[in-house]
Amino acid sequence: MNGVLVVAYLSAGVLFIRSLAGLSRQDTATRGNELGMVGMAVAVAVAMVTWILGAHDPTASELHLRGVGLAMLGGAIGVGFFIGAGLARRVEMTGMPELVAVLHSFVGLAAVLVGFSSYLHPHGVSSDEVARVVHEVEVWIGVAVGAITFTGSIIAWGKLKGSISGKPLLLPGRHGLNFLVATAIIGAAVPFVQGGAPNGVWLLVGMTVLASLLGIHLVMAIGGADMPVVVSLLNSYSGWAAAAAGFMLSNDLLIVTGALVGSSGTILSIIMCRAMNRSILSVVFGGFGTGDAKPSSASAAITGEVREMKADEVAEALMQARQVIIVPGYGMAVSRAQSAVNELTRSLKERGVTVRFAIHPVAGRLPGHMNVLLAEAGVHYDIVLEMEHINGDFPQTDVVLVIGANDIVNPGALTDPSSSIYGMPVLECWKSKLTVVLKRGMAAGYAGVENPLFTLEGTRMLFGDAKKSIDALVTAVRK
Amino acid sequence: MVRAVSSIIGVPKESLPSEQRVGATPESVKKLAQRGLVVHVQQGAGQAAGYSDQSYVEAGATIVDSVWNYDTIYKVRPPTLDEVASLKEGAFVVSLMQPERNGGLLDALKAKKATALALERIPRVTRAQKMDVLSSQANLAGYRAVVEAAAHLQGFMGQQVTAAGSTPPAKVLIIGAGVAGLAAVGAARALGAQVRAFDTRAAAREQVESLGAQFLEVKVQESGEGTGGYAKVMSPEFIAAEMALFKAQAKEVDVIITTALVPGTKAPTLVPRDVVEALKPGSVIVDMAAEQGGNCELTRPGEVVVHNGVKILGFVDLASRMAATSSRFFAMNLVHLTGELGTGDTLSIPLENDVVRPALLLHQGEVLPPLPAKEPSPAPVVAHVPPPDAKPAQTNVNAPNRNAWGSTVGGLVLIGALFGLGRFAPSDFLQHSTVFVLACFIGWQVVWSVTPALHTPLMSVTNAISGIIIVGGLLQVGDGVDLPSVLGVLAVFFATINIAGGFLVTERMLKMFQRGDSAPSSSGGHR
Repeated sequence: MNGVLVVAYLSAGVLFIRSLAGLSRQDTATRGNELGMVGMAVAVAVAMVTWILGAHDPTASELHLRGVGLAMLGGAIGVGFFIGAGLARRVEMTGMPELVAVLHSFVGLAAVLVGFSSYLHPHGVSSDEVARVVHEVEVWIGVAVGAITFTGSIIAWGKLKGSISGKPLLLPGRHGLNFLVATAIIGAAVPFVQGGAPNGVWLLVGMTVLASLLGIHLVMAIGGADMPVVVSLLNSYSGWAAAAAGFMLSNDLLIVTGALVGSSGTILSIIMCRAMNRSILSVVFGGFGTGDAKPSSASAAITGEVREMKADEVAEALMQARQVIIVPGYGMAVSRAQSAVNELTRSLKERGVTVRFAIHPVAGRLPGHMNVLLAEAGVHYDIVLEMEHINGDFPQTDVVLVIGANDIVNPGALTDPSSSIYGMPVLECWKSKLTVVLKRGMAAGYAGVENPLFTLEGTRMLFGDAKKSIDALVTAVRK
Repeated sequence: MVRAVSSIIGVPKESLPSEQRVGATPESVKKLAQRGLVVHVQQGAGQAAGYSDQSYVEAGATIVDSVWNYDTIYKVRPPTLDEVASLKEGAFVVSLMQPERNGGLLDALKAKKATALALERIPRVTRAQKMDVLSSQANLAGYRAVVEAAAHLQGFMGQQVTAAGSTPPAKVLIIGAGVAGLAAVGAARALGAQVRAFDTRAAAREQVESLGAQFLEVKVQESGEGTGGYAKVMSPEFIAAEMALFKAQAKEVDVIITTALVPGTKAPTLVPRDVVEALKPGSVIVDMAAEQGGNCELTRPGEVVVHNGVKILGFVDLASRMAATSSRFFAMNLVHLTGELGTGDTLSIPLENDVVRPALLLHQGEVLPPLPAKEPSPAPVVAHVPPPDAKPAQTNVNAPNRNAWGSTVGGLVLIGALFGLGRFAPSDFLQHSTVFVLACFIGWQVVWSVTPALHTPLMSVTNAISGIIIVGGLLQVGDGVDLPSVLGVLAVFFATINIAGGFLVTERMLKMFQRGDSAPSSSGGHR
């Protein structure tokens, strides 16, 4: 039985790895996702069989209780599946970041629950003193990571939804506070392990509360603009939480899967950080969104004149153009303009204009957020290009439409060392012949930095709601 | 030193029979009159270009029998030796001069102590663009070359789909993407032809592509950027590669238009006999360099040669064939040039002027030493001013590098700490740690290759996969309805939401990603 179990877990692990590998390219991605599902089905099925066959002493008389357990499990899986599927079906693609955040919180919560359960009722742990200590340390770590993931994700969810202010909450001495809490969590592990199960349960509860507060505080301190990093970081935390659960339950599959997810999330965070020119450490310790640095208002003051352009003039320019690049930002998601953008793209294409999309790695609130929105609207992915691939093409471009993006097209990031986003790679749209910025007003972007792009000679502003402006453009182009 | 010359400009009738252009139009006469300059036009000078003597008179000019005894002459073609013979001593002549192809002209002008301004020598700087007759005429000639090609081609330029049959678009190869070449690209595209163009200068690529044509290139890397917007002479390897390209192209194309000139020397031979023979019968070659010896080996200037059914047009008067418009542009170039020649109602010759001085072939019969050299730059493509390019080094955000490994190491320190623990831990724990570290590395390797467009699906899939904690919850469910079991069931519940939600939402997302050429498109019917 044990051999079969190992092989089954191994194949599930392999399936997960192939699933992630499959996701590396568009044409294999769907297959990757399916492999993941199969892997999960294998894992759950094997765990179920193990549970039915092995969890109980065959001589036990309480067969009916096993039935109760089975009923509880079946109910939990059934209802959980129903809820999860419902969420997945109903979610708007613009609401994707929130869904991902809330799902992370479930993993964190599950890790906490498993931790408690394992502490109260250790399975497969020998009575050896060393083994007990190791197990309890694992429980301690697993619960702590789980709790941080849980509350952090809830806060991220609230911020993405807008029910919690996107402004960073900066308590005085917050780094000291974080340090203190972290020290307390680590320090309390000593009496916990000395106490022995189940005497330390209240210590564990106390620590869970502390870790939860830490999770809340860490994410509260991060500004809304940096949410892509936070979400991917929480993604990695949820993986580490699963891995920790694997350690405490002596389950290799959990360890492997958790490690896969953990490193995947870490890589995404690193990519996001690099795209914003921030260090990963400053993200982990939170509160980097606005930082301690004073905003350099004086040097970034906008001096030039903003030139406006009407929708029909913009439409005229688009129809005259040969090469058009669209730079979407979070503003496009907010006004749900992606379908209108697709209409515009099609109309221009029919007129022989080449339209492509330039995606900055941190556009939107999730890594790859813009790609998903454009895909939802039916924009073909072969005209949606990453920053590195399209940045060189701006000089040959006639018109660039910037839709609800700001910081990612800020030339100050390259030229103004006093800017807080200095050094962040940006889309160099100002090198085109004409840049039209669709924007509601002259407010600064999330980074709170003025954008000199708006007053450059080749830039025109088209003020108004992005959806309405694009609709007007579509009407004018169709005429 | 500035020398004043008279205020009357004489415009003669061009003596070359094939030349229909004229050095002044009624429009330019009016412009010159605005600053007090008087224009005398030889009788019938504008006839061929469609400008009657009457129209000149109405514009304020005087019609005269001959202008060769005037102090100042504006014309198009280089003066002939006969014309120079009747020139007044010390006269000022503005025209194309091309002394390298007009033997004896320089000496004849010297003998007359003439001041000669050679229009082809006006530097090709931005400021002088409005005086650049080569550009203005090349633009017309490029257009005309396509029209002539179309007239001699026995088919449509554009694609036709009719009830009586269909034809594909003509394929046009344009060699040399200077002013004339680009004009030809534009004209051929406008007629619906499929256009490809070749040029040795890298700067030509974006101009060609901006007109919707394909830019051809050879494998050999060499920049053909010469001074003044012209190409330079290329290395033998490059030329060999170029020839191979043309020969391959000749098998496909219906029209070849060559525009390659290198200043001061004979035009390079780019279409030798074997390339001509590789063309389909009925194909057309327009050799715009015919006057300078031709880019095609078989070109005879001014003639149409038919070789193996291929027509080789060696017209030297392409611009002149549209004399009304080409004269207008030419004359306006001269008006702009006049703006450099003093003010008010007298012309004068500013010897320090950086546009006029390089174009002065002779000054009072003397060759002037060149001004201290300032490298002329080709006219820049119009674009708005970008901010200075002092950008900090940008990292490739999607590739692992040492920093990334740095943070792995950071992660591994934690694992190292666990190993410290492992010294006292049971072998079980060590085995788990091994698995953990290996899995981290695999994840690290696999995920770096994910394309950024798929980051959101990746995140939701990993999110679903992290629902594997369901197994943990499952194993914790015990015999009875006790606390550990209930906690386990709850864990299973939450993990299931996660698994179902994660996988299904990923599936939904991935379905939306579609590729342009495979997906049904509502615009329909393209390609």
